[in-house]
Amino acid sequence: MNVYYFDHSASTPPYESVVRTVAELMAEHYANAASPHRAGTDAMKLLERARGLIAELTGAQANEVVFTSGGTESNNLALKGAVLQAGRGRKHVVTTAVEHASVYNCVRQLERMGVETTVLPVDAAGRVSPDAVAAAIRGDTVLVSVMLVNNEVGTIQPIREIGALLKDYPHVKFHVDGVQAVGKLPILWKAWGVDLFTASAHKFRGPKGVGFLLVREGVRLMPLLAGGSQEGGLRGGTSNLPNIVGMAQALRLAEESRERRAENGYRLRRRLLGHVRGIPELVYNGPEDERHAAPHIVNLSYPGMRPEVLVHMLEEQGVLVSTQSACSSKSLKPSRVLLAMGADEARASGAIRISFGDEHEERDIDELAERLRRVVGKLKPLERSRA
Amino acid sequence: MFEWILVRFGEITVKGRNRRRFEEMMLAQIKRALHSFRGLEFVKTYGRVYIRMNNEPYEAVAERLKDVFGIVSFSPAVRAANDLAEIRAAALAAMSAVEPAPRTFKVSVRRGWKGFAHDSREMNHLVGAHVLRNRPGLKVDVHKPDVELKVDIQQEGTYVYSTVVPAAGGFPLGMNGKAMLLLSGGIDSPVAGWMAMRKGLEIEAVHFHSYPFTSEQAKDKVVALARRLAYYAGSIQLHLVPFTEVQTKLAQSGHDHLIITLMRRAMLRIAERLAERRGALAIVTGDSLGQVASQTLGSMNVIGRPAELPLLRPLVMMDKQEIIRIAERIGTFQTSILPYEDCCTLFVPKSPATNPNLRIVEKVEAMLGGELNRLIDEAVERTERMQLTESGRRIGEAAASAPEDRWF
Repeated sequence: MNVYYFDHSASTPPYESVVRTVAELMAEHYANAASPHRAGTDAMKLLERARGLIAELTGAQANEVVFTSGGTESNNLALKGAVLQAGRGRKHVVTTAVEHASVYNCVRQLERMGVETTVLPVDAAGRVSPDAVAAAIRGDTVLVSVMLVNNEVGTIQPIREIGALLKDYPHVKFHVDGVQAVGKLPILWKAWGVDLFTASAHKFRGPKGVGFLLVREGVRLMPLLAGGSQEGGLRGGTSNLPNIVGMAQALRLAEESRERRAENGYRLRRRLLGHVRGIPELVYNGPEDERHAAPHIVNLSYPGMRPEVLVHMLEEQGVLVSTQSACSSKSLKPSRVLLAMGADEARASGAIRISFGDEHEERDIDELAERLRRVVGKLKPLERSRA
Repeated sequence: MFEWILVRFGEITVKGRNRRRFEEMMLAQIKRALHSFRGLEFVKTYGRVYIRMNNEPYEAVAERLKDVFGIVSFSPAVRAANDLAEIRAAALAAMSAVEPAPRTFKVSVRRGWKGFAHDSREMNHLVGAHVLRNRPGLKVDVHKPDVELKVDIQQEGTYVYSTVVPAAGGFPLGMNGKAMLLLSGGIDSPVAGWMAMRKGLEIEAVHFHSYPFTSEQAKDKVVALARRLAYYAGSIQLHLVPFTEVQTKLAQSGHDHLIITLMRRAMLRIAERLAERRGALAIVTGDSLGQVASQTLGSMNVIGRPAELPLLRPLVMMDKQEIIRIAERIGTFQTSILPYEDCCTLFVPKSPATNPNLRIVEKVEAMLGGELNRLIDEAVERTERMQLTESGRRIGEAAASAPEDRWF
């Protein structure tokens, strides 16, 4: 039986050429990029070339690209770095109820450190209101953090509109977690008025353990890791050259084919939703308006059914999907994101996330739907006995 | 909503046959700068270029346009058919797009196409009244309006816009000929290069390096600066002159306090030789009066003597802060302040002459005589030339690509 990997939001299969590149660089360029000899400066050149390429692809300047270990570190650096840098008397952060755990729990941690927070609600589509963001701003607000694409339901937040409103509050920094968006949507962070932008390589077919934070020139952050002067002193630690170059290549490949792949994603998404409409037990969670949805994520609930049951039965059918986000899927609690979108407990506790990628075609979606139908058919009698 | 960008050139100074050349060069420069936006269409009319967006992102296109020399300003515009109702609708839409919402406005109509039924005075009233009716709270202020809504009636349609974005100004690149730029690694010379290019000069950069006294990184830094200039120019030639032999010879002349003067004169001689080969008619430097010992009036006088070509010094009367502001704006500052030494900082004596004596300098050179000339000849011969583009890939090298290219 063919195994279908529909968990691209959790992680993507790296490009083969990226795997090769990382391996070759590990073997050929093991010198520390900070060393003064030729081998070191060669490594440094490659590092800076990777930085330049990422800058070019994201409309940043090279000195605005900070390499990190991935999305979680980038988000922590943006939030804590901005709050710590702001110092005394500036103790307020605004975010939304649907952020990824690495923002949401970072905000919780900041609360325990005495920072006041405003966690904004979202509508049924999962979108925050730009006016609500602006209304939450106070004189001591340090930062607003809103994700670009939600990792559980794929909702696209109105970042451009929020950025436009935040122009009136120059004391407030605007952070956007773009982890699920890079390689799928255009990243116009500068035009949107974004100050800090998070990305993670393994979500766009790069290596794991590497990502970047775009930091607009002039925005100061307190480093979280004290150490050497790498990354302009913002992030000490020997540069992870193989992964960084692999990431730059993956981003180039992703950006070069972005429009075509996004188009394909939306076509698959429409097809899957068409199939789902024929399975009355399943409820779609997410924006109705496709313009507010990312091309690669479809979230479905079987209200009242524990999602692990669905996941495991689908796995027996050769289909790999997630519950909630991979980062919180081990918990049995209802999805915080779906609750925020107004779903009841049964619906919020019974959600699975299907996310597809470059290797999928329409017939794969048809096959997925067929197997979904089969699993639901098997579960249906159990549902009755429980009721 | 703005499907067009209206691009304006410098209008007053250029006339006659030059004007056509100016406009053709301008269009070519705009197309080159925007070549990565495949969807754009370009329409040239008298004194202007109209760009049709076709769904390309306005912000990114605008960012790029701001840096094209010769463009004075541009405006995102709506184009309506030459029909009163359509023009009124476009005017209303253009007003609604203004952020933050204005309190006062005025309408300025220009009837470039006289075939239109209403003259500009009537149109001012007809369009203004329509906006007032539909936007309660908005008032007319003809003296200091928050927004000036412009309506430009042309034969092919009417352009309506409310914002004017200032751009780089100057002349289209290459319109005024070619010059060699002495590019160190510092803050000033890239700014001088940019200002020269803005005035329509094509620039070829000349850098003097003294490996192993200077590091590879110092050279890379200059390459990075030249690449940044290539962003403005499309591509740029960089001449890398091996200066070690000349420099060590001069350092052994026993005139410590004159060494900078002697070095600068040798550099000018080499730059002139390169200029002759490349068909350049001037040498541009980043000198700023009084900034360092070699830039006092006395030094400039003695240093400049060997040059026969005009020495252009765009920064000569500027303060350091002004220069730094421009360096930041054109994106060279961060690279310029990287800590690698160039060949001048290396042999700087404790007390360089601020008022060198021309006769002594000439005497020292005469003493070195043939040997110095031979070393200068050699430096010219061994000069390495690279053609750089903004993205860093060297033109013509694509075929014989560097082995590491496969990783990117």
